[in-house]
Amino acid sequence: MRYNLTSMRQPQDGATVVARILGQFREIVGEDGLISQPEQLHTYECDGLTNFRVLPAAVLLPTSTEQVQAILRLCHKEKIPFVARGSGTGLSGGALPVEGGVVISLARMNRILEVDIPNARVVVEPGVINLSVTGAVAANGYFYAPDPSSQQVCSIGGNVAENSGGAHCLKYGFTTTHVLGLEVVLPDGSLVHLGGRTLDHPGYDLCGVFVGSEGTLGIATKIILRVVKRPEVVQTLLAAFHTTNEAGAAVSGIIAAGVLPAAIEMMDNLAIQAAEAAVHANYPNCGGLLLVELDGPGAEVESLMARVKEICTSCAAWEIRLAQSDEERAVFWKGRKAAFAAVGRISPNYIVQDGVIPRTALPQVMSEIERLSAECGLRVANVFHAGDGNLHPLVLYDRSIEGQEHKAEKLAARILELCVEAGGSITGEHGVGEEKKSFMSVMFAEPDLDTMQRVRCAFDPEQLSNPSKVFPRPRLCAEKTGPYEPHPLETAGVAQFF
Amino acid sequence: MKQMTAPPKEEIAAIVAAENIRQAAQADEVDGVSPAYIVEPGTPAEIGKVLACAGRAGLAVIPRGGGTKIGWGNPPRRADLVLSTARLNRVLEHAWGDMTATVEAGCTVAQLQRTLAEHGQRLALDALWPERATIGGILATNDSGALRARFGSLRDLIIGVTVALADGTLAKSGGKVVKNVAGYDLPKLMTGSLGTLGVITDAVFRLHPLPHETRSRSFTAPSFETLCALADRVRDSRLAYSRVQLRADSGGRALLDAAFEGTRAGLDAQEKQLLSMAGKAELTDSSECWNAREGLWQEGDSKVIASFGVLPTELAGFCAALEKAAAGASASWKLVAQAIGVGQVSLAAPSEDALLAVLGSVRTHAAARGGTLVVLRCSRSFKSRFSVWGPPGDSLQLMRHVKAQLDPDAVLNPGRFVGGI
Repeated sequence: MRYNLTSMRQPQDGATVVARILGQFREIVGEDGLISQPEQLHTYECDGLTNFRVLPAAVLLPTSTEQVQAILRLCHKEKIPFVARGSGTGLSGGALPVEGGVVISLARMNRILEVDIPNARVVVEPGVINLSVTGAVAANGYFYAPDPSSQQVCSIGGNVAENSGGAHCLKYGFTTTHVLGLEVVLPDGSLVHLGGRTLDHPGYDLCGVFVGSEGTLGIATKIILRVVKRPEVVQTLLAAFHTTNEAGAAVSGIIAAGVLPAAIEMMDNLAIQAAEAAVHANYPNCGGLLLVELDGPGAEVESLMARVKEICTSCAAWEIRLAQSDEERAVFWKGRKAAFAAVGRISPNYIVQDGVIPRTALPQVMSEIERLSAECGLRVANVFHAGDGNLHPLVLYDRSIEGQEHKAEKLAARILELCVEAGGSITGEHGVGEEKKSFMSVMFAEPDLDTMQRVRCAFDPEQLSNPSKVFPRPRLCAEKTGPYEPHPLETAGVAQFF
Repeated sequence: MKQMTAPPKEEIAAIVAAENIRQAAQADEVDGVSPAYIVEPGTPAEIGKVLACAGRAGLAVIPRGGGTKIGWGNPPRRADLVLSTARLNRVLEHAWGDMTATVEAGCTVAQLQRTLAEHGQRLALDALWPERATIGGILATNDSGALRARFGSLRDLIIGVTVALADGTLAKSGGKVVKNVAGYDLPKLMTGSLGTLGVITDAVFRLHPLPHETRSRSFTAPSFETLCALADRVRDSRLAYSRVQLRADSGGRALLDAAFEGTRAGLDAQEKQLLSMAGKAELTDSSECWNAREGLWQEGDSKVIASFGVLPTELAGFCAALEKAAAGASASWKLVAQAIGVGQVSLAAPSEDALLAVLGSVRTHAAARGGTLVVLRCSRSFKSRFSVWGPPGDSLQLMRHVKAQLDPDAVLNPGRFVGGI
């Protein structure tokens, strides 16, 4: 039995409660802001991770902060759990609805409220699409740096929830590096402002805590972003190696030489094959491929790129290409950015993982993944953000073959454990969500998780905001704070944890 | 709040050994509040045990590193034990291939930098008083300097933390890899929390390579506005500067300092571009320019020092407001700001009333434009008349809830933080 906190506190079925107060929700968001017909609700039953599906009791589409406040006040009063949703592109089930709860889609709050070029600030609503921020400042030579592969469709609100990264975060940092302030509706409906347009607001860094909290602390309704001036020159190099180990040695060499590239991406042969099949990026058919991008002042980039070439050559690169135009650069990237979807060309089903390892553990972890892959007879394609050790192993399988899905899940899980054993993390950018919450106990001890949950209790004592995500088990906020002790339900054998 | 009892010296001595607990001296006072004992635990576990013991006895604990910023914040409501991190002073790991380091809280910034330099790396941060300031201390106060323009502040550089909570729990969060979104970002929460949520026992940082070469250039101009306009042009340019600093004082001096890091060829090209942008600003001596922030603190303890945050384009207006308010109160001042919109000012005035008038007026000016002003150093009597933190905003209640969750009995630094937390 899964331990369901909401149903425990709320004897009445959540869906029944929502049905009873649908009229009140309608008053807040209007007829066209409320979805309650089952056939329409199916659109919202999952996010980018489609193997988890839950039908919400209703979906609300507010258009203003005031409406979000009114919705959360009502949810708070009726103890209805809610899940905020942006574009639904998340890969860890973070926007998976909660049974008997409502989904609050921020898609209609999609205005860019302010563009302040002299101060390099942009203020947006959560439904604004990532790439639109760059669109709003591009004419002035600026861009919004975090670039998740889904940036054409994913929303800033979702990026804030997941602390999204992207290929260029090696140099530019993550979403959290670029969020200066937030307007947040807390789970009781009250409004707070965290951080701001200026730096170093006195007090705890609650803005920093909120970013990456996966929707468990409330709903951001305004986001103050920092944008960055485009570099003078961008150069992208492609290098082909016989093995991923050789490519890995080149990555270490580049970093050791004191070069901080804007991005370093690696693909293994299977990933290259998939990308070629999908978008014909004209990659060399090699064991390990590196894309190295440097940006900055022209003279600086020229001299550092010469150094990068030397290092690649000394690590036995057998082909090196430097993109000669923006078009060629775009083609280099096209294969990489399409890699996940491309794997669909060579396998009917696959699991994407998002583990992180210290860069130096790469050869050891790679050979272990290879061994495990051979052992269970499933192929694993590897795509990495090699500069920061973020692996995206893709475990390929065929659901129609009995037992293969289970085998694939086990292999994917084992890979995450490998990452933690190597001193890394279970997720670099996709988030914990529903998918990896049981792995939190692999990475963190109980007191660590309990401390995080205490922070959660400060924001959301009723645990209504995206409950049952991120943490392997809930914490009752009324519990006396203190060193971790087993939950009473656990010791009583009433609830079984996962 | 629990009933306070006498510090259980024997019990604490049993945890840390008798030689590591001693009677406090006058020099150990925290803003005029005298603690009873100084305790120096040798391990994170001992810190946890001391805190739990203090909590049970209803004591107030003041965590202390090098003590360089111990006067920041409100005076503590109470101070029974000073918990010194002096014995936790090791660099635990320098994973130079991964460009990360794990360091104990009591290690000085300079000691860490020397260790990292052996492999050509650094914590890309220019904190105040690196020879004395500890990692725990700079984290608690979120101190950073001019390099922030390029590398971010401590909240951007810290990737993992272990804290001892007031109930003795030792909790880790973050990790040893730069890219990691598993769980809440408690390293950020701890950074700048002034030791009110837990005692940091060790931290993990992302590192940067030492620069191939660094070049600094300083400019002077008849007016501060001219230099602010130059700073705006530099920020809006494609120059890859590592620091841009503005300086001004009541004597009419105005300076802009810029630094670049990189290869010789890159520096030559950027310097040329910078000079072509300078307009009416003239080159001047740049030696010592990066000591200016520390310089503010060296001109006698009687000067009040405040930090501020404004929008980058508001720096000129902020300085003008300061100049006007100071002139009206016959006060002298000196300002060192970073072009990204943060800085510190030192202030001397003929009377406390005059100081009050200047700081009140400047804070009002900043607040009206979304900015903030925090007093870092002033007399105790001044602290009783002027809120050092300023208005806490609408998230104060939420901050109190966070405090109540992590330190419900207010064992740690009671009263020193924003809103009397």
